[in-house]
Amino acid sequence: MQRYLQLENLQMVFNTRKGRFVALRDVSLNVAQGEFIAVIGHSGCGKSTVLNLVAGLLEPTGGAMICAGREIAGPGPERAVVFQNHSLLPWLTCFDNVYLAVQRVFGAKEKKDKLRQRTHEALALVGLSHAEHKLPHEISGGMKQRVGIARALSMQPKVLLLDEPFGALDALTRAHLQDELMKIVAQTRSTVLMVTHDVDEAVLLSDRIVMMTNGPAATIGEILDVELPRPRDRLALADDAQYNHLRAEVLHFLHQRHARKAA
Amino acid sequence: MNAIVQHGSLGVNGVEETHSRLAGTTSSFRHGFTQDDPALRPSGQCKSAPGGFVPESRDGDVTGSPAPSLAMDAGIPGGHDGSTKPHREQTAASMPAALVRLGELTREHGPRLLRKGLGWGMGLGVFLGAWVLLSQHSAHLPGPIKVWVSAVELFADPFYQKGPNDQGIGWNVLHSLSRVGIGFGLAALTAIPLGFLIGRFAFLGDMAAPIIGILRPVSPLAWLPIGLLVFEKANPAAIWVIYISSLWPMIINTAVGVTRVPQDYLNVAKVLNLSEWHVFTKILFPAVLPYMMTGVRLSMGVAWLVIVAAEMLTGGVGLGFWVWDEWNNLNVEHIIIAIFIVGVVGLILELLLMLLAKRFDYE
Repeated sequence: MQRYLQLENLQMVFNTRKGRFVALRDVSLNVAQGEFIAVIGHSGCGKSTVLNLVAGLLEPTGGAMICAGREIAGPGPERAVVFQNHSLLPWLTCFDNVYLAVQRVFGAKEKKDKLRQRTHEALALVGLSHAEHKLPHEISGGMKQRVGIARALSMQPKVLLLDEPFGALDALTRAHLQDELMKIVAQTRSTVLMVTHDVDEAVLLSDRIVMMTNGPAATIGEILDVELPRPRDRLALADDAQYNHLRAEVLHFLHQRHARKAA
Repeated sequence: MNAIVQHGSLGVNGVEETHSRLAGTTSSFRHGFTQDDPALRPSGQCKSAPGGFVPESRDGDVTGSPAPSLAMDAGIPGGHDGSTKPHREQTAASMPAALVRLGELTREHGPRLLRKGLGWGMGLGVFLGAWVLLSQHSAHLPGPIKVWVSAVELFADPFYQKGPNDQGIGWNVLHSLSRVGIGFGLAALTAIPLGFLIGRFAFLGDMAAPIIGILRPVSPLAWLPIGLLVFEKANPAAIWVIYISSLWPMIINTAVGVTRVPQDYLNVAKVLNLSEWHVFTKILFPAVLPYMMTGVRLSMGVAWLVIVAAEMLTGGVGLGFWVWDEWNNLNVEHIIIAIFIVGVVGLILELLLMLLAKRFDYE
């Protein structure tokens, strides 16, 4: 298997006031180019820590990470992050939020016209051409998250990192955005690492589901291959035996084998 | 709600939190000099205003704003168009649209405006009544009418010049304003960059903490002898006092603003690998601006508080000197007029800065 993104024996220890806290141990994962990986686990299991490590926002206390042949040392635009709470800059319009990223990545080589064109394209990809000149507080939560996705995609990242991207949205908007994300990923052939706590989301979107054990000292418990043909349709899958089987396996892992001790 | 932001007695206060949306997501200021500052505690939505508007806490009244913003609210009847109201359909046929709109505005805002107007009227009435009563029982305190007559005479020729110690009221106000402008402007030029540095680099913050901690509580007038000693002239010494006293709120608010920039925004900067210049122009500066404007407003309030006292001591043309001069002439009417002028000019400055702050608010 092609190793595009490699995590090897990652360990993360936080020094807290109460002493050492081992958040992660022995996390090893290989991701192929164009693969969609979902990381699922109970809250507090360290799945977001994994994402932050890959993003470079945290530095691992042990182990190594390689992305497209280069060691990961610090954050960089080749690993774009879509944050859970969209993290758009409230004083910039949607266009300017995306343009800031485009300018950073392509500004050295390309002219303004081309940069603007890239920005327009990214926003068109998520269906927000009409809202380009609105400020973040003027649009809905789902639209903000779409701008966040547009910003990440506009950088043409090697790996797209999604940190519970639809967690704060209502169920209908979430379903809609999941469908759009599937289309966009198919179109752009992105390599995606997504953290989620939504079983349906994981099964519907991903090629493999990485299931984490509970913290402290969480690690990868099991990896589930999702061999459902693409394009996937949520309505058709609802009655699909394989889909329901996969779903049941994830639920079984989360709620029986690694149930949280205290809710 | 907790709105302990004190301005009284020339003491310089610290931080005011008008921006609860930011305050909610932020960590506490990490430098020692503000850890136990009561003014740093969240004050909810209360806004304080320098110059004597008491930021009373009003339980349950979230929109309760002090006098300056009340003044603005009252002036602008709001932008609601009320077009969704059902009664529009019924009346539209018989009345021109403009009249209908006027009617709707009155229906919507009428009671509120009426209540406000009534409140203002009664407040002023009680104040004037108390004044009249006091003046009738005092041998020296002139009543409102006497002061009014004197004021009419005074404002008839505000810009006369009869030698260095006898100039029109307009000149006095302008001289005071220019001193405040210069001192405050220089303070802003120093304090805002300094605040950014202190907030951004923890070590500089630690360096600044003891200095600011010790110097901030010092009464502004205590700096006057130093100013006289260094500058050897009264006017620069007065400006120096304004400068030093309006420094602290701007430094502290800016620094606190920088430490409270939400981590999310800084993460965005990290992921995008933004240059330090872009981090400053696109993230730090806009995020800190509301805090900075609060500091600017507080500083302006302090500067205006201090100028009268400073001018009393340094002399020259200016409101403070004028008050002292009229005290020597035992012209009590003019002293009272001066008090009103100081109050009104302070209120206008505050309103202008609040309008400016509103312009910079991105939500």
